[in-house]
This record gives sequence, structure tokens and C-alpha cells, in this order.
Amino acid sequence: MTSGIALSLAEIKTEDRPRVGGKGFALAVMARGGLRVPPALCITPEAYLEFVAATGIRETILLELGRKSFEDMRWEEIWDTSLRIRNAFLQSPFPENLREKLIPPLEAMFSRKDAAVRSSAPGEDSAKTSFAGLHESYIHIRGTDSLLEHIRLVWASLWSDRALLYRKELGLDVEKSTMAVVVQEMIAGERSGVAFGRNPLDPAQAVIEAVYGLNQAMVDGTVEPDRWILKRDTGEVISHHEAKREKTLAYALGGVRLEPLAPELRGKPPLEPEEIGEVFGLTGKAETIFGSPQDMEWTYRRNLLFTLQSRPITTGSSETGDVRRWYLTLHRSFENLQGLRRKIEEELIPRMAEEAGGMAQISLAPLSDLALAGEIERRLQIGRKWDDLYKEFCIPFAHGMRLFGQVYNDRVKPENPFEFMDLLGGADMISVQRNRMMESLVGKIRKNPRLAKSLRRVRKEGLDPGFLKALESFLAKFGDQSWSKARFDRNPKAIFTLLLNMALQGPPRRGSARRGQKALGNKFLSRFEEGEKKFAADLLDLGRASYRLRDDDNIYLGKIQAQVVAAADEGKKHLRSRGRVLPPQVEGMDMVRALRDPRYRFKKSSSPGIKQEEKEAGIRSRQLVGQPASPGIATGKTRVILRAEDLFAFQPGEILVCDAIEPNMTFVVPLAAGIVERRGGMLIHGAIIAREYGIPCVTGIPDATSLIPKGTPVTVDGFLGIVIIGETALPVK
Amino acid sequence: MKERQQIKQILNELFTSQKLAVLGTHQGGQPYGSLVAFAATLDLRNLVFATTRATRKFANLRSDPRVSMVLDNRSNRVADFRRAVAATALGRAREVRGKERERLAKMYLAKHPHLKEFVASPTCALVKMRVEVYYAVWRFQNVFEWRVK
Repeated sequence: MTSGIALSLAEIKTEDRPRVGGKGFALAVMARGGLRVPPALCITPEAYLEFVAATGIRETILLELGRKSFEDMRWEEIWDTSLRIRNAFLQSPFPENLREKLIPPLEAMFSRKDAAVRSSAPGEDSAKTSFAGLHESYIHIRGTDSLLEHIRLVWASLWSDRALLYRKELGLDVEKSTMAVVVQEMIAGERSGVAFGRNPLDPAQAVIEAVYGLNQAMVDGTVEPDRWILKRDTGEVISHHEAKREKTLAYALGGVRLEPLAPELRGKPPLEPEEIGEVFGLTGKAETIFGSPQDMEWTYRRNLLFTLQSRPITTGSSETGDVRRWYLTLHRSFENLQGLRRKIEEELIPRMAEEAGGMAQISLAPLSDLALAGEIERRLQIGRKWDDLYKEFCIPFAHGMRLFGQVYNDRVKPENPFEFMDLLGGADMISVQRNRMMESLVGKIRKNPRLAKSLRRVRKEGLDPGFLKALESFLAKFGDQSWSKARFDRNPKAIFTLLLNMALQGPPRRGSARRGQKALGNKFLSRFEEGEKKFAADLLDLGRASYRLRDDDNIYLGKIQAQVVAAADEGKKHLRSRGRVLPPQVEGMDMVRALRDPRYRFKKSSSPGIKQEEKEAGIRSRQLVGQPASPGIATGKTRVILRAEDLFAFQPGEILVCDAIEPNMTFVVPLAAGIVERRGGMLIHGAIIAREYGIPCVTGIPDATSLIPKGTPVTVDGFLGIVIIGETALPVK
Repeated sequence: MKERQQIKQILNELFTSQKLAVLGTHQGGQPYGSLVAFAATLDLRNLVFATTRATRKFANLRSDPRVSMVLDNRSNRVADFRRAVAATALGRAREVRGKERERLAKMYLAKHPHLKEFVASPTCALVKMRVEVYYAVWRFQNVFEWRVK
């Protein structure tokens, strides 16, 4: 074994393989085998271990991962966890001892050259599994300080959200897991691509793909490559698929940027016939060296062919239905996110509004049973269609916030890894507009005791005309929102009670979100060079849109769901008017069948019911740990939200305990002293709206609605993410 | 004289090697033990720990500041009977604030850097236990007492 914590490719021996990781070892083997690879340095796991031990980060990781069981975490929480760990890596000063060991070899090899800093985790590129892309890589890094900075970011990515998702397969273990890093000279090729020594789809073939510029765009599907299928034994070209060559990926500030391809290149394949032969030859050489067919990345710089990476072709296909695959697709590039934004703003939201409006115009009562059955079925389909579109476009767009957050944290290095959220907040979300309209109705009630009196008696007659008009315009705009089948416009008593309760409370607090936002924005922008400022501003704009649309698109989805519910409600009315007795829960399709067939028998519904705490005699929860989602401390009685009535009965100063806050129910938030939610994460609606109003909030408490009894005094510690059940004897702040 | 030097040295080694200790408080005469992450000041006269104010131990020490702490290095093996060292400290605990909190937090976090966020929370109290007496036990039955003045 070679000693030292930074090894050049020539120094790496066979027995160093476990230390330098798959990527580093493959480079060393290729260099020795005579392939042209960029000069590189392997930083061994000993450096990682020294870093986490000297900084105390090892304990930080243990604490973060110990917060709750992984099985109970949602992807948003996993992202939060890895963001906190990443921030610990960013915040800790680089141990002096380690710096002194790393600086000389880095300076000797990369003094005035751009380098790529890549992960090389042991087992990352094995033949059985491919974990490519779970850890971070950084390109175009120049200067020793910047190299050290990025080495620690790559170390942090041992705990990236993607890696945590595959923790079992990776065998991630705080005590044992380590990370080697490859620092490699950048080769900015004019043409790049991948080559498969053996086609995963046909063992008699090889495949070459090529683009102009860098190959990252090809990997994530942004730029379509030219593709050649070759005979594996002779290298003869069987077919050539020509791409629509319009764009190219080039290095730019803060990463890479998509640019239009020069017109003279558009009609020309990126590789000449003899170059196809040369790249094919590469796969043969690599196969001889490694003893198995390889999946390679290559690039041409000034007509010299470089091998950037080589790994065995992954044979094991991932199981279908593995939701983690879908999660990995959520990591999007800036360009991809901008495309999503346009799609949502210009197409999906108008279509959702149109679809909901169209359904609202159909009067359901006069329909015959058969026609109504058809209409319910149609609406169920529409609902499913929009659920799918939401998952396909809207959820991935939430990554805009995450992308912004990452860039913000890298540049600003704030102590609080979620500081960036304050910069995104205050956007004019529809739910906030709705709440503001409610606030103005409430303001009228506060000023007018007579009005309050008539509302208490649930009488519309004699109401102040100004108030009535405002109420009607509120209902016209937001009356059709639905949450758990509750609609404002269905039950005047419920809305009056809610407004009266709100009137008891003083005007809502405003969160700290808006304060200092300008200063924060300037701080962010000041970390960019003149030429980068436009990119930074665009990214901020994208992050804000992502934050706002995350709420807005839900509101529109809620409008569609409300129409689905309206048709089902009408179905119930029809059936009841025929004397049918309905079970308490009727599934949509059951309703359709019953309307079509008078003899249809409802299946006994296994009512979802409420999961009760297993009440072992004498055992109860006293303190529960979740995630701190909005800072502050609040004490109050709980209102556990299980059904719509609970929501409308909300009293000022209560603690809102629920499974998941949706934008369609956030109107009660200004009434709440504190919020506790089962669903976890900083980027969920509950957390966002809580911060907007400055209300302490803890998210991610498994089984919150069953473990926390209703009407009990609790303390919500939004600083530390804990909920204390029962009276506390002392003031906690 | 030699024993006194030895007890200080033993305590010093114990405090450097260990991270957790058992704090004893009481309420209405009912003893209550809790595990805390501790740090000792250089002169060994103070033991510091952090807790949120909503905890039972904090309520207990607020109503009676007389507390105890057990610090030891046992490894859950038979050899412990011969090798393990344990110290019982008795003293008075109170929450520290202002400049004193800042100073002690710095010392505390040097030992437990991963508790930075916890200690920074406005709901977290930093508690200083002023030790009045230590009882140190080693080689199973050797017990020494140090009255800290």
C-alpha cells in the first residue's frame, strides 16, 4: 500500500484499489495501460477521516441521521438532512494540519490549471450496481483554496440526499463510510461522448454517442446525441442515428450553459468515420485492460482523444417500481427548470383554471342518474390526469428552490442552511392573497359589533352591504376550494364561525420573512462577479417562482378536486333521493356503479379510520422530536385536524396538529399559535406558510395526529424541532 | 499530598475521555437521574451541561439547585471492577446567562462541537454546576474525597 493522502496515478498500486475508489483506480490502470487520461491526484479516505474527526462532523452526522428512522422520512426531509450535513462541512474551518498535507501536492500538479474534483467512493462504479451521480462532482476549479473548498464539498456529498436514498446498497455507515476524491485536470473538449464496448440491449453490438461540446448535457438528456451502432467484433457501423443538432453545452460561470450550436456545425456529425474507429478502438483497449466491456466517457481536444472515465457496464437493471429512480430525476438543471416553469405558468395553470371552470358551469342536479354517472367518471379521470401532470411537472419544479438554496449556501456560507428561504418568501402566493381577503372581512367584523351579532345568528339578512359584497367576491374567488371535502361556499355557518374566531384574534403577525429581504438579496448578489450577476439574478427569480408555484399549483389542483367532489356529492343526493342507504365512505367508482345499476350493492368499506396510539396502560409520549421548520416557541392547546369540521372549529391560539398542511387549508394558519405536522421538510407548504406568518412550526413527527392527543396543552419548540406534551412548569424562553 | 495530586489527575483524565454523565436532581424528595453531555472547566471546579428549559431535570434544579453528577469510564466488562474509575460530584446548579454563558458555551462547544445548534437555540439553557465535593472511586473500593473550596 502506498503511503500518503494524495497519490498521483503513477503511485497507485493494485492493493490501493479499495482506498482510491473505482474512479481513481480505473484512471491509474488506464494510464498504465497506455490510454491518454488527464493527469490526476487521488485524495485517499484517510484525509476524509481526519477532516470529520478534527471538526466534530462525525458526531453532527450521527445526530442528524439519528433524528428519526429513515423509513419515516420523505424525500424532502432527506434533502433537509443532507443540506444540514453539507452546511456543517461548509462551515467548519479546514483543519490546519490537513491543509499542510494537501496543499503541496495540489499546488505541484494544478498550480495554474483548471481541475475537476470528483467523488471516488469505494464501490461506486462496480459491475453489479451503478451509483454514478449519487455524489457530487465539480468542474473548472482553479486555485488551491478553491480546490480544498470543493474537496470538502465532495466529502459532504458522501451524505447527499441521493446517497442517503441508496444508503442500504451503499452500506452507508457513519462510523465506517469514507470517500476518496479524484482531482483531475480539466480537458475542455470540443466534441465529447460516451462509448459502450457492448450494447446493453444487444451483446453483438457496441454503441457510440457523441455531441458537440461537453457531454453532461447528453447524460441528463438536454442535448440529443448522434448515435452509432457498431458490430462488436469488427467495428463496422451498422446504423447511424443523426441528432437534431441545435445546442451545445459549454463551460460558463457557475457551471455549464446551454448555447446555440454554430450553424456550420449543425449539418455535420460530431465524429468523422476514422474517429468513430478510434473511439471504438478505445473500448477494445479498455476491455483488454479491465477484463470486461466498459462504459466510457471520452472527449476530443484539438483532435487528441482523451479518456475521461471508464467503468464496467452495469448489468443489473433496477427493479421496476423503485420510486427512488423517480426521485433521482428530480435533480434538474437550470435550463430544464426554466422549461418546467414556462410549462407550468403558461400552460398547466391556465389549463387547470379552464378545466375547473368548465366543470363548474355544468349544473349537475338536473342530470339523469346515467348522465351523472358518466360525469362523475369523467371527472375522476380528469382528477387522475391532473394528479399525474402535477407529479410529472410541478413536483420536479420544486427543485428550483433546492438548486437556488445550494448555490446560495455555496456562495454566502450562512450559518443557518435555510437562510435562503427568507429570500424566496413573501412572493405573492394565491393562498396569501386569499388569506388577505379573509383578513379584510375579519377587519370589518372587528369594527362592527352588530355585524358580529348577525353572523353569530347565521343570518345573511341585515348584513352590512359592504361586508356582503366583500364576502361574495371572496366566495366567488375562493369558495370552490376543497380540503377533505370542505368547501367555503357550502356551509355559511362554518365560514361565519371561522371569521368570528379570527376576529377574536388581533391582526395577524407578519413573519420575519419579508424583513431584511432586500439586504439578504444584496448580500447574495454581492457574492458574484460582475459577469455572473445576471445568472445569479435569474437563479433567484427561478427560486422565487418555484417557491410561489409550489403553493399556487396546489390551489388550482384543489379547484379541480373540488369539482370531482361536487359531482360525487350530487351522486349521493341522487341516490338518497331514490331511498338508497349509503355507507359512510363511498368511493367514486362505487358511486358510478350504483347510479348505473339500482341493484348494485356497496361493498362494506373498511373505513380508513384514525390510527389510535396503542394505549398500553401508563405509556404515553411526553416529548417528540421532528424538524425545526419555523423558529419560535409557542404553548397552547392542540387542535388535531382529522376532518373538515376540525378545521372550521379552530380557535385562536390553538396549536394546529395535522398530517399535512395543504394550501387549501392554510387559511386557519393565522389563527394558530403553533403548528405540528406529520409530513416533514423545510420546503413543504406548512413550513412555508408558518414562516410567512412567523408562527413556530415543527414538522416531520411520525404519527403526529395519533400520538398527540386533542385538546392537550403542548409546547412547540420551533428552534429545536421538538414538541413537549403536557404542561411545562416553567417559562421555556 | 500525593493522593490529592492523584485525584486531580484522575478526574482530569476522566473528564477529558468521557462525554456523558448522569445528573441527579429531585422533586419533592423523589430522586431523578438523567444523562447529560458535560464539560468541565480547567480548574475542575465547575461542570457544565446544556438542556432545554421544558425538561423535568431543568424544572427540578430550578426548584432545588442541589444536584449530583456521576462521571465514569466503565466499559461494561468484568475488568471494570478493577479498572473503572468513577467520580460523584455534589454541588449547586444554576443557569448561566450573558457574558458567562458566552464564555462557558465556547468551552462547552469545544468539547461537543456538534451541539452548536442546540446550544444556540433560545430555548436551550446552559447550566453550571458549582462543585462542592468530589468522591472518586477506583480499584473497586478506593475512595477519595476532595472538598473543592
